[in-house]
Amino acid sequence: MSQKVHRKPKLLKYTLLYTVLIILAAAFLFPLVWSTLNSFKPAAEAMSVPPTYLPTTFSFENYIKLTTYGRGGIFRHVFNSAFVSLLTVIGTILLSTLGGYGFARFTFTGKNVLFIMVLSTLMIPFQSILIPLFVMLTAVDLHNNLFGLALVYITFQLPFGIFLMRTTFMMVPREIEEAALLDGCTSLSVLYRMLLRLVLPGIVTVAIYAFINSWNEFIAALIFMTDQDNFTLPIFLTTVRSGQYGQVDWGALQAGVVVSIIPSVFIFLMLQRYYMNGLMGGAVKS
Amino acid sequence: MASTTLVQRPPQDAKSAMSWERKRAIMGFLFVLPTVVFVGIFFLIPLLMTIFMSFHDWPLFGERAFIGLTNYIDLLTDKQFINSLGFTFRYTVVITPLIFLTAFTLASLVRQDIPGIGIFRTIFFIPVVIGLGISSLIWVWLLHDQVGIINKILLDLHLIPKAQLWLANPPSAMNVIMLSVVWKTVGLTMVLLVAGMQAIPDEFYEAAEVDGANYWQKLRFITLPLLRRTIALALVLSVIGSLLSFDQFFIITNGGPRNSTLSIVYWIFNNSFTYFKMGYGAAMSIVLLVILVILSGLQLYLLRDSSDM
Repeated sequence: MSQKVHRKPKLLKYTLLYTVLIILAAAFLFPLVWSTLNSFKPAAEAMSVPPTYLPTTFSFENYIKLTTYGRGGIFRHVFNSAFVSLLTVIGTILLSTLGGYGFARFTFTGKNVLFIMVLSTLMIPFQSILIPLFVMLTAVDLHNNLFGLALVYITFQLPFGIFLMRTTFMMVPREIEEAALLDGCTSLSVLYRMLLRLVLPGIVTVAIYAFINSWNEFIAALIFMTDQDNFTLPIFLTTVRSGQYGQVDWGALQAGVVVSIIPSVFIFLMLQRYYMNGLMGGAVKS
Repeated sequence: MASTTLVQRPPQDAKSAMSWERKRAIMGFLFVLPTVVFVGIFFLIPLLMTIFMSFHDWPLFGERAFIGLTNYIDLLTDKQFINSLGFTFRYTVVITPLIFLTAFTLASLVRQDIPGIGIFRTIFFIPVVIGLGISSLIWVWLLHDQVGIINKILLDLHLIPKAQLWLANPPSAMNVIMLSVVWKTVGLTMVLLVAGMQAIPDEFYEAAEVDGANYWQKLRFITLPLLRRTIALALVLSVIGSLLSFDQFFIITNGGPRNSTLSIVYWIFNNSFTYFKMGYGAAMSIVLLVILVILSGLQLYLLRDSSDM
């Protein structure tokens, strides 16, 4: 009898907790679930007034329609976004790793000055430099160009990337490097052969942030891409939203949203640990 | 000579010993050179350019003219600039505590050691990775008075008499946009708070319980003081993000109704890339930057640890 009395408060607490959590979880999933449901309705039903809850028939019509909008349809814009994002990832990794290693493990005149210079960019919002970047890129004809946009994105990602890679390198025990240097390796081969493996988690984290931020980025893409063919996915979707292709096609819009969400969510779920480490390493340490 | 190298040099004969350190220095410099050059060209020079441009009348094509402080003086009489600043500030002041309190509640919940709690933590965080533009596209549909699902649900539950035009009047538009932004961003603050909370040793709470402390006392005397740094960081990030808002206003309301949701970055965007008054836009950017720096400094000062060593 007394056993039941002891267990009761715990049971109540657990039930309460789970109820609250489930309600909150439902609220958080609500927008995503409804968006996805709407994307699988037949096009006319997706735009119906009043809207329906569940699709009457499961249909890919909206997704197919997206492939016909503009020249090349959604594939083109997915390609644009993917291309820019991958370039950004590669560029950011290269510059952050080399720079992080240099700042972490070497001494040279002016190192502190240069490091402060690089660090100061952490405190400058990128919105402040959009105007001159536009002027600069226009001057070299890179403004309506996926490479140009990638350069801009790499710039945005570098402060965090360098900061994170430097911290990561500083955590590698010096003995490993010293042993390799003792054996006569050059600094570059030390980096390449030995350290890369050890700082890989940092590199993965930098890559994840670079990809997700570039894939989702909006205002810079809006400003720099003036040619519809060069629009990245988010910008393309805003043209769908503004009904540029006729009456606002809500089904197609949500289908586009689903397409846009999938890579980010997938990468996040697969590599959650690295993503969270990035938040901790980058943010809490500062 | 004092060794300033971070890595012990291998024993060498005298001649190559000296050049080894020099070699290291050169290598180090070369390693950081690409990054430094990149940051210099694409970050620092543009920053200086913004300042430079702000003193000019700078159309995209055509003649540029040096006009000194004219842009800044014009700002003082620019009604939309004042309105946008006011709106952005109001928005920030309201949404920041909203985000923080929600995040704090979620963080406390998510720290419970019950099976499956990780799933909930993930669910609360997922909106953070989907992008503000995409989030806005979802919400602009959800909130639509005719095809949006929110009105349908509220109508079916008889909670509203008729379909509401959430985006049609200024206070309502700002409120629902805030709701969408809280949904999208609260996960980030939540995770930061959880990390900070995890650093607080359980023994503190246990000792307090022995002394008979209740929940609020534990919160006030243990949790909040020890979370000060984390809270400061979370708040600074949140405030800066809110002051720089653009995506949600551009996508959901186009700055309307009647320019009431035209944030300051949106107004800068219009001036710079729609009207192509780039010098004017640059001046506004500088003013915004100064405001941000002052506010961040103020926040960090107010939230500094009293026992900072």
